[in-house]
Amino acid sequence: MIHTENLTKKFGDRTAVEALTLDVREGEVFGFLGPNGAGKTTTVRMLTTLIGPTSGTAVVNGFRVGQNDTDIRRCTGILTETPGMYDRLSAEKNLTIFANLYEVADVKGQVEKYLRLLGLWDRRADLVGNFSKGMKQKLAICRALLHEPALVFLDEPTSGLDPEAARLVRDFIEEIKTQGRTIFLCTHNLDEADRLCDRIGVMKQRLITVDTPTNLRQKLYGRKVVFHLRQADDALLARVRALPFIKDAQRVDNKLVLGLDDPETHNPVLVRLLVEAGADIQFVGELRHSLEDVYLSLVGSTDKAD
Amino acid sequence: MPKIWTIVDKEWAEVFKNRLVLFTVIFMPILFTALPLLMVAIGGSQADIGDVTDLPASYQEMCGDLTGSACFTLMMVNQFLLLFMMMPLIIPVTIAAYSIVGEKTTHCLEPLLATPITTAELLIGKSLAALIPGVLVTWLSFGVFAVISYMLVQSPELLRRILDPMWIIAIGLVGPLLALAGINVTLMVSSRVSDPRTAEQVSMMLVLPLLGIFFAQIVGVLMVNAQIMQLAAIILVAIDAGLVSLGVRVFQRETILTKWK
Ligand SMILES: Nc1ncnc2c1ncn2[C@@H]1O[C@H](COP(=O)(O)OP(=O)(O)OP(=O)(O)O)[C@@H](O)[C@H]1O
Ligand SMILES: [Mg+2]
Repeated sequence: MIHTENLTKKFGDRTAVEALTLDVREGEVFGFLGPNGAGKTTTVRMLTTLIGPTSGTAVVNGFRVGQNDTDIRRCTGILTETPGMYDRLSAEKNLTIFANLYEVADVKGQVEKYLRLLGLWDRRADLVGNFSKGMKQKLAICRALLHEPALVFLDEPTSGLDPEAARLVRDFIEEIKTQGRTIFLCTHNLDEADRLCDRIGVMKQRLITVDTPTNLRQKLYGRKVVFHLRQADDALLARVRALPFIKDAQRVDNKLVLGLDDPETHNPVLVRLLVEAGADIQFVGELRHSLEDVYLSLVGSTDKAD
Repeated sequence: MPKIWTIVDKEWAEVFKNRLVLFTVIFMPILFTALPLLMVAIGGSQADIGDVTDLPASYQEMCGDLTGSACFTLMMVNQFLLLFMMMPLIIPVTIAAYSIVGEKTTHCLEPLLATPITTAELLIGKSLAALIPGVLVTWLSFGVFAVISYMLVQSPELLRRILDPMWIIAIGLVGPLLALAGINVTLMVSSRVSDPRTAEQVSMMLVLPLLGIFFAQIVGVLMVNAQIMQLAAIILVAIDAGLVSLGVRVFQRETILTKWK
């Protein structure tokens, strides 16, 4: 759906995006993560043909950036970083304007469809200025969907919203995710990325890595399993540590924290061993590193390299 | 609906909700039509002042065999009709200033530029949204002035001179050309500032040449006539052509997006 090669953007002598080579597949939710000033918005602007790349190429939905810009604009939707609405106009008018600009065939029908989806049909004549922030944000997302684009860019859809509004918006994104659209999601919110995205690209001027959230965690930390026992001691820990598939083992009070690659296969073996050794197992759980740990270590490591 | 009209429609819906803009579009024409009409009314009812030797020589020449008071009325009316020409300048400049800066403050420009609209369509839409009300209001006001003058002025000689064909050139041609120049300048100024009032004030400098002619006429250095109006029209066509071609080059999508902040 998106394919870029060495996509680069310079503002004067500051490089905002450097040699970005990236593939986004059809139908996936692709998370784009990076600290402030990483070049996320600049990338989105290049891919939506709002600004031209300094060098490199990008193909969006089969159209080449810089050659078929109007075609790209027709088949993409964008929620910009600071998406304004015309506050003095009604919700309906706001959407109608954009439906016309997006050359929607059935303007009335589409506007009604999305206003109903938002539960705003009864308030369609209200000025947008009177809506809550979360509602405005959802309206802005709908504005990007009026022409049913195959690809949607969402640039920090929940930033600046209170937790409740952010949740409203996030639920809404999950809803549109089910419609088979490709979504390119820039975000600072790691839980959001974890929950919504199929794959994540971590970016800081250059692309640091791309993978699924699970693989990212695993790559960095491997997988860990925690056994909560009624009573654990170091002798038990030593027996477990001796197993060939255990990569690392620690005891924290009565918990054993074990690193291993394939818990699906090895957990039953471990359980059997612990039971035979006379341990009372209370709980077994997977220790999940938050994506935040992963992200911080990825982004942090480039700091040291700088 | 073609995209240009979508933009025009949107601009009108937005900009006329602004009280200052509305005030300018309604109050200015009333004032500028009432003033010359007042002159006509006073002049019509006054006793003849007889002597015209107090008036500048250029006027006496123009007045020919008009009575003294008729000549005086003509002079005053001509002065105020010159001020009339400020209307097609000020109204579009006000609308344009609010429409461009408004776009920046609402942060709607980027979503707008992400649609398949061309920059030309966007700029033409915005220009038309400012131009049409300015020109229509000027024409309407002049129509009202002409009709009421026709009813008030007894002397056909004076009426003929008040409604000189030169004003057809002035209102019909010079007015829209002035408006276009004003809009182009406002577009460029607006892209640099973040307050519509600043944009408006800077663009209003265009009024200065008009005021120059106004004062030149008061002291009798210059008399507006058809030739001068034609000359003004030709000069304005050149200026407009220059401004539009400059605008097309300046207003690339990327420039609008990254510089209009
Ligand atoms: N129009 C511009 N002119 C000059 N520099 C720019 C411009 N736009 C962006 N930059 C610079 O490019 C870099 C990348 O900015 P960008 O907005 O793409 O980052 P971002 O990842 O979206 O950050 P954030 O998380 O804060 O939104 C920054 O250093 C920024 O200052
Ligand atoms: Mg950004």
